[in-house]
Amino acid sequence: MEVFLFWIFAIVSVACGVMVVLHRNPMNSAIYLVVTMLCLAGLYILLMGAFIAVIQVLVYAGAVMVLMLFVIMMLNLREETLRREGRPAVWVFAGIIGFIVVLRLARLFPDAPADLAMAPDFGTIEAVGSQLFAQYMLPFELTSVLLLIAIIGAVILGKRTTP
Amino acid sequence: MFVDFLIVLMKAGVVIFALLNLAGLLTWAERKQSAIMQDRIGPNRANIGGITAFGLLHPLADGIKMIFKEDFIPQGANRVLHTLAPAAALFPALVVFAVIPFGDVLIIGGKEISLQVANLNVGIVYIFAIASLSVYGTMLAGWASNNNYSLLGGLRASSQMISYEVSMGLSVLGLLMIYESAQLNVIVQQQGELLFGFLPKWGIVLQPLAFLLFVTAALAENKRVPFDLPEGESEIIGYFVEYSSMKFGMFFLAEFVEIVVISGLVTTLFFGGWQFPYLQADGFHWPFALGVLHLPHGLVVLMQVGSFTLKVLLGCWILLIIRWTLPRFRYDQVMRLGWKMMLPLALVNLLVTAIVILLVT
Repeated sequence: MEVFLFWIFAIVSVACGVMVVLHRNPMNSAIYLVVTMLCLAGLYILLMGAFIAVIQVLVYAGAVMVLMLFVIMMLNLREETLRREGRPAVWVFAGIIGFIVVLRLARLFPDAPADLAMAPDFGTIEAVGSQLFAQYMLPFELTSVLLLIAIIGAVILGKRTTP
Repeated sequence: MFVDFLIVLMKAGVVIFALLNLAGLLTWAERKQSAIMQDRIGPNRANIGGITAFGLLHPLADGIKMIFKEDFIPQGANRVLHTLAPAAALFPALVVFAVIPFGDVLIIGGKEISLQVANLNVGIVYIFAIASLSVYGTMLAGWASNNNYSLLGGLRASSQMISYEVSMGLSVLGLLMIYESAQLNVIVQQQGELLFGFLPKWGIVLQPLAFLLFVTAALAENKRVPFDLPEGESEIIGYFVEYSSMKFGMFFLAEFVEIVVISGLVTTLFFGGWQFPYLQADGFHWPFALGVLHLPHGLVVLMQVGSFTLKVLLGCWILLIIRWTLPRFRYDQVMRLGWKMMLPLALVNLLVTAIVILLVT
């Protein structure tokens, strides 16, 4: 059952990822990206990361992609304004580089250990929270400072300058 | 293993059946109730062979009308997104109810069935994740109609929705701190305990401000009056102006399903869910140590499910009354309320809750 679900999520996420790049209309590309995010959340659930999966939907698919869609709608990007890469040499070159990358990655897979011992509450809110606030406190605080800097920057950039 | 799967499927079927039927019934209730409040009769013409049944056939007539209307996609519109938007609006509304428990454990022939479709460890966070997906329906509807006015309406609606998601999430955090769990069935079970010996520990007793904030934010999420400027029927062009027949029907149904979902959430988090005051798994335990009244298991489960249904229906009714009582907010008033009044109040609520918990324990 899990293998069946894994294949569905994996194939749909890869296919939608490819369609994000290939599709001409930027709005459709953004929707394909949202579907990719949702499939990634499904894969996280199969990996027993329940909290990460829900946060992926809440933050990525629910907030970040909404922001990107807002930008696309405000800028009114259409197919005509985005020029398509024409020359075949670029496509062939990109295909060769991608193929080499996939070969390198595939060589890593058989080295992953088969049976990892997991704590019984792995991936729950309590487990993630206790790790986050005890052992990884410094990265947590630094990330919140980073978000604060981003908010301040957005407020300064968006402020109306008095003439 | 197969029996478990079948049981989950049956529970999901019961929940979706109840949700859709209740949403259809709410359309009738809204029209009849508004009519009674405004001293008129309301819809009473739809009949089968002369039997009008108080207008209860009107939801059926609406559905049939919508199916038979012409379904068109405006010229120059994005065909895929135009068709996808109503489904993207209806899907989150139906799926949120998967984690809401509508009863305690039901024991049939030695098999324990917990009356909740999915007992997730991340229950409340799942609800907010799915609620944040509901923005896509309105945004795609506004964009894909190839209409400037509906685009503006879609942007208005989605910015209102994402503003109130923040207050909705923050107002529930106080509850999470008190009940120390995000699992909804644990929260409902802890609401059965008694405070001072006689008062059930319902969410509204422990967090009244969070209740008000949550109901207001959820109403704004749902784009119901007084926050229905994005829809603004007959005054301003909304985001579904280019939708006809069943696609508009799906938006319409999604709004009413969300009313039921909001009522279910408020019941679960603030009014004790399926808890009947003083009713435990084996009977009534009266306060002040007055005694115990033993009841059979089937009757207890029936009373719990009935109590949940009654609370949800009461919540839906009150949400319907609010629509015909309050005037509509202006858009800048809506935004100011969400960011400048409700967000600080939610943070203050969180702070006060944390201090009280620290002092009590």
